[in-house]
Amino acid sequence: MSKLKSLDELEALRESIIKSRDPDKPCVVICGGTGCLALGATSIISTFQREIEEQGLDTKVDLKVTGCHGFCEKGPHVLIRPQGILYPRVKDKDVAEIISETAIKGNIIDRLLYIDPSTNQRIAYEQKVPFYERQKRIIFGSNGYIDPTVIEDYLALDGYAALSKTLFEMSSEEVIGEVKKSGLRGRGGGGFPTGIKWESCRRAHGDTKYIICNCDEGDPGAYMDRSLMEGNPHSALEGMVIGAYAIGAHEGYIYIRNEYPLAVRNVKIAIEQAERLGLLGKDILGSGFDLTIKINRGGGAFVCGESTALMASLEGKVGEPRAKYIHTVEKGLWNQPTNLNNVETWANVPLIINRGADWYAQIGSENSKGTKIFSLVGKINNTGLVEVPMGITLRKIVYDIGGGIPKGKKFKAVQTGGPSGGCIPESLLDLSVDFDELTKAGSMMGSGGMIVMDENTCMVDIAKYFVAFLEGESCGKCLPCREGLKQMREILTDITEGEGKEGDIELLERLSQTMVDASLCGLGMTAPNPVLSTTRYFRDEYKAHIRDKKCPAGVCKELVAYQIIEEKCPGCGLCVKACPQGAITFMGKKKPVVLDQEKCIKCGACYDICKLDAIKVA
Amino acid sequence: MKKKVEAILNKYQQDKGMLVSILQDVQAENNYLPKGALKHVSESLGIPLTRVYSVATFFKAFSLKPRGRHIINVCLGTACHVRGAPRILEAIERELGIKSGETTKDLKYTLETVNCVGACALGPIVIIDGEPSGEMKVEKVKPLLGSHE
Repeated sequence: MSKLKSLDELEALRESIIKSRDPDKPCVVICGGTGCLALGATSIISTFQREIEEQGLDTKVDLKVTGCHGFCEKGPHVLIRPQGILYPRVKDKDVAEIISETAIKGNIIDRLLYIDPSTNQRIAYEQKVPFYERQKRIIFGSNGYIDPTVIEDYLALDGYAALSKTLFEMSSEEVIGEVKKSGLRGRGGGGFPTGIKWESCRRAHGDTKYIICNCDEGDPGAYMDRSLMEGNPHSALEGMVIGAYAIGAHEGYIYIRNEYPLAVRNVKIAIEQAERLGLLGKDILGSGFDLTIKINRGGGAFVCGESTALMASLEGKVGEPRAKYIHTVEKGLWNQPTNLNNVETWANVPLIINRGADWYAQIGSENSKGTKIFSLVGKINNTGLVEVPMGITLRKIVYDIGGGIPKGKKFKAVQTGGPSGGCIPESLLDLSVDFDELTKAGSMMGSGGMIVMDENTCMVDIAKYFVAFLEGESCGKCLPCREGLKQMREILTDITEGEGKEGDIELLERLSQTMVDASLCGLGMTAPNPVLSTTRYFRDEYKAHIRDKKCPAGVCKELVAYQIIEEKCPGCGLCVKACPQGAITFMGKKKPVVLDQEKCIKCGACYDICKLDAIKVA
Repeated sequence: MKKKVEAILNKYQQDKGMLVSILQDVQAENNYLPKGALKHVSESLGIPLTRVYSVATFFKAFSLKPRGRHIINVCLGTACHVRGAPRILEAIERELGIKSGETTKDLKYTLETVNCVGACALGPIVIIDGEPSGEMKVEKVKPLLGSHE
């Protein structure tokens, strides 16, 4: 394909792509997202390829490997279009039948369907599965239609239409006005209004202006940017070109985690394809506007999510933040005006231009517009990525979409906002999820991690986990963050090891306040959130550790003991073999085993292996 | 090694701003960052060795010591943590007799931790040489380690 030199040429290409495709032709869509690949999608893909070839159906059935569909719990995920029939957890042995029965004849194979655990009913169509039905997938939904390595797939979905509209019908000011009016706020954590940021950068004085896409998703438990970049890289690229046009930038960077090899590969391919078609590079679509985009791989540092640290890293320096007396939109990369947004924010832009700010602004809550993608993980039945309108309640996300807590356990808290966020207790389940409400509750939106915790999760341990994580990730430049985190981790470790003292909670709170007031960058200022939110909502649990030397959730090793429940133990001996210490003794068949507490190192091997719940942690 | 480093430097047009990417490629080639390579990068790009060193020690992805033939990554993302990842890490440490961040004496395994690999549905998850093993349990550790040469 040659370079497109005008709006008409782009539309002609789009028309020819759509015409060449038969919407009624059976298409097997396989999710190739990270979750599904880990569950064996690679083998499923090759089995489908082989079967289609062996059955001589190459011309009759299409096969499409896409990015993540979001329902990671049930991967590998296979979808048959045009009907939209969903088969979860597909196995190699089912492949031949899926092709001959469903793809060719259109028959539904009952035994392979998704079973709704709450009603025990089989559900044939993806759209009808509660997990999907209750979402609003305006950004993420396209993933299921796109092979990320095929630009034609994106073009067929009106891809780059927003770009041509911008370049040929709108002035830079009009683009900024539209984004401002839409109410879009940054999805990377800060929630700063995107249009205002663009405007400041446009107005800033500088020879060269830069735009950056942040795909250095360092929040442990969030992977929506990864899935967008892997599954639909052109949506972020298109957003970037529109933003560059609005701001007046001609150079852009994508800063992407090296731990995301598939995302790196797919965005590389996407850039090459877009350049080849004249949608990126010099004289885009013959409009005279230029933008080149380079990829820069991150070295694995959470602090590089902070804008000034990220820019330092882009300059080949250590990723340390600097004080922001002067904002990065004024002086950022190489001291030039720089606009940074994350993947999800950029991916929202084409939608706003295509459908209009008014349409966009009617989705969401008063001050948080549009949708947000959350990674719903932890102790939850339907693990996955969910896209919901801002303002939805936590309860709806956890129970209606997430399907509640596994094994009938009791809900305890949901942690949002990553390491800088906080834990929200059961009493606030009806909280509406948007930027402001989450902050009021002592947590934050962050990049959209949502980790569900049940009665077996210890909140002191969780606070320690985040503090230890941040201690490792603190760049060490400013004292409150560097030393504050170390002290907090030591106090929390003492508490979890039964060495907690009266006054520790208050000391933690004082330390927290100092860090909030005096840290240099956002990492340090928000680092105490996990501690502050848990001491606020789960104070009794701290007290149980400090006063009673007990861990009610049964997590903190020094405070618990494994015990055999004699009436449940038939003496099968599985745990005897599993114990690495020889601490469990076989007493004969049908007699309960005996556990020697002296030898026990509390590794949990016996607890894991016992199928009869005959071992308890107390 | 010199030639390989030179090739990497040229791939990035000797661009100082690409230092992190250059070091990543050097590490991919050698499986760690040898001293000689760091010196070469420093001289060639005209960046003081101290700064190359500070970058090489700042980012988690880099190692200044030779690493094992097999790289074990235990995911300690929050979702894996609440599903019991610390116990899995302990079991692997016990089995190999090393701590996280260390390499076995025979250079067979390097044990590392990672913060979220984006496969949270499978937590706790362990990745050896890029191959994920999900829903890990303490008793699965021994057979998993035993399956590598």
